[in-house]
Amino acid sequence: MMTNASNRFLSRSELIGFAVLAAIIFIVLPVMLDTFRLNLFGKYLTYAFVAIGLVLCWGAGGILSLGQGVFFGLGGYCMAMFLKLEASTPENTAIQSTPGIPDFMDWNQLTALPVWWEPFKVLPLALLAVVLVPVVFAFIIGVAMFTRRVGGVYFAIITQAFAAILTILIIGQQGYTGGVNGITDLRTLLGWDIRTDEAKEVLYYVNGVLLFVVLFAAQFVRKSKLGRLLIAMRDQEDRVRFSGYNVANFKIFVFCLGAAFAGIGGAMFTLQVGFMSPTLVGIVPSIEMVIFCAVGGRLSILGAVYGALLVNWAKTTFSESFPELWLLGLGGLFIAVVMAFPNGLAGIWAEQIAPRLAKLTKSGGASVPLPDAAKSPAE
Amino acid sequence: MSVHNPNFVLMVEGLTVSFDGFKAVDDLSFYVEPNECRVIIGPNGAGKTTVLDLICGRTKATAGSVNFKGNELLNMREDQIVHAGVGRKFQTPSVYEDLTVFENLELSYPKGHGVFGALAFRRDDTVTARIQEIAETIFLDDQLDEKAAFLSHGQKQWLEIGMLLIQDPELLMLDEPVAGMSVAERKKTAELLNRIIQDRSVIVIEHDMGFVEDIATRVTVLHQGKTLSEGSMERVQNDPKVVEVYLGH
Repeated sequence: MMTNASNRFLSRSELIGFAVLAAIIFIVLPVMLDTFRLNLFGKYLTYAFVAIGLVLCWGAGGILSLGQGVFFGLGGYCMAMFLKLEASTPENTAIQSTPGIPDFMDWNQLTALPVWWEPFKVLPLALLAVVLVPVVFAFIIGVAMFTRRVGGVYFAIITQAFAAILTILIIGQQGYTGGVNGITDLRTLLGWDIRTDEAKEVLYYVNGVLLFVVLFAAQFVRKSKLGRLLIAMRDQEDRVRFSGYNVANFKIFVFCLGAAFAGIGGAMFTLQVGFMSPTLVGIVPSIEMVIFCAVGGRLSILGAVYGALLVNWAKTTFSESFPELWLLGLGGLFIAVVMAFPNGLAGIWAEQIAPRLAKLTKSGGASVPLPDAAKSPAE
Repeated sequence: MSVHNPNFVLMVEGLTVSFDGFKAVDDLSFYVEPNECRVIIGPNGAGKTTVLDLICGRTKATAGSVNFKGNELLNMREDQIVHAGVGRKFQTPSVYEDLTVFENLELSYPKGHGVFGALAFRRDDTVTARIQEIAETIFLDDQLDEKAAFLSHGQKQWLEIGMLLIQDPELLMLDEPVAGMSVAERKKTAELLNRIIQDRSVIVIEHDMGFVEDIATRVTVLHQGKTLSEGSMERVQNDPKVVEVYLGH
């Protein structure tokens, strides 16, 4: 019966899709690119974590969040706080009036480490915080919004407001957060220098592996009954509610999951790029993340990865040559995708390229393809 | 709050809802017995659909009581009301168009309703067999793999009825189940409904008088949010008040 095919964790075409992506990330890119460019692509891939979360929240569940930068930033800041504390040994900071605290605290006349920075001295706690802080934050927003049935545009606007609030908060609390400069001058992870070329390559691969862990987790959710419920909720929320489901709980769950993914992405950003700043948290990056997801295809987790890669690559390439035009181009791209290709690259692939490819391989596999091809126009 | 009376499955008493001063349902009381098929009729705007909305928790009542087997439904969340045993079919077919008929029925199967229950839910033979059984009842066993979007209007109505049946509710509420159907579909639906109302209580909203006569145990006529008349089809049809506001037109 049909149940076997749709119940399998990865269908044949999905398996090929995962394999191709793995080949690109683990073989093609490292072979083709020097360490500097590879590190750039590693940075792009950290946004793919966010985009995958958006596929679940927005594509499947219909919950559009314009504040994913908040969770990316929280994860990134948690990582940066640990690295900053490790870099701020009393020896390294001997010239400060209070040695042993991060430099920006010293500049802002702080004389002791704030209590809430203390847990970030321990790596396991910091790693836990990378996931938990975004999740707890998403949980609070989710409970407040979804149990009151706030949805659609209103939810999008409120999440956007959170992105603005967090940016302002970080910039305003300079002594505790590093302010507008962010947390910079990160050096080592448990004594291992993360600034060397070798470290950057290792981190690229760690990032790739984590990305696949997240992809598999997302695939698991999509293939579970919960994944089908998300789609059902998007299309007929009332029917789901009156089938005995507490719709708010499912929305909270998927929003928290998206936040967890974004947090991991943020932490990998900090590790690979070597700093975290409020410019990565606010409204503009949050909207950019939605664009990555939309361009890749908001229904496809693999599409989201390609979307993040391509748009970021285009951003780097074009903003090097035409810095003023880039934002206009990005806006135009978003409009084009929404108007012409609502399912993004993944949609173009599934609707246009894959069927033609299937045709090609079929006729190519036939024993005498040439007469066939020659005959068909005559008919 | 009314005390539960075992002679009735559902006791609606003094039910009132006011939208900005307009009373869509006004001090309405009625009682549904076990295995009864109650049909609610009335002119447009009489408050028929609102009554169902109030019972299933979609609209919050301003005053009154809805007692279902001793549970006060007005204090419960929609999903809790469903778990108590109340199923509701909407007027326009509400099915999940992007999912297959099988998946539509599977999501309605009464298991794995929590977040983690849904993550851990597995299709076993019991689930598959039950879905197969329901699909046969609603004439869709050949369309299990079809996306619900490709079903005809009548088939979507059947599918939604099937999604309720699989929950096996004690009280089934149907809002115009034959509206917009072809004659052939209508006949098949009447046959289907006659079969499924056997061992449960049903509240149906319907305009089709022939259909009402066919299935109703008792009929309630609503007018401006109040009961105009109540009783057997014959009695209601001969009530001069009913003839004046509704049937006479």
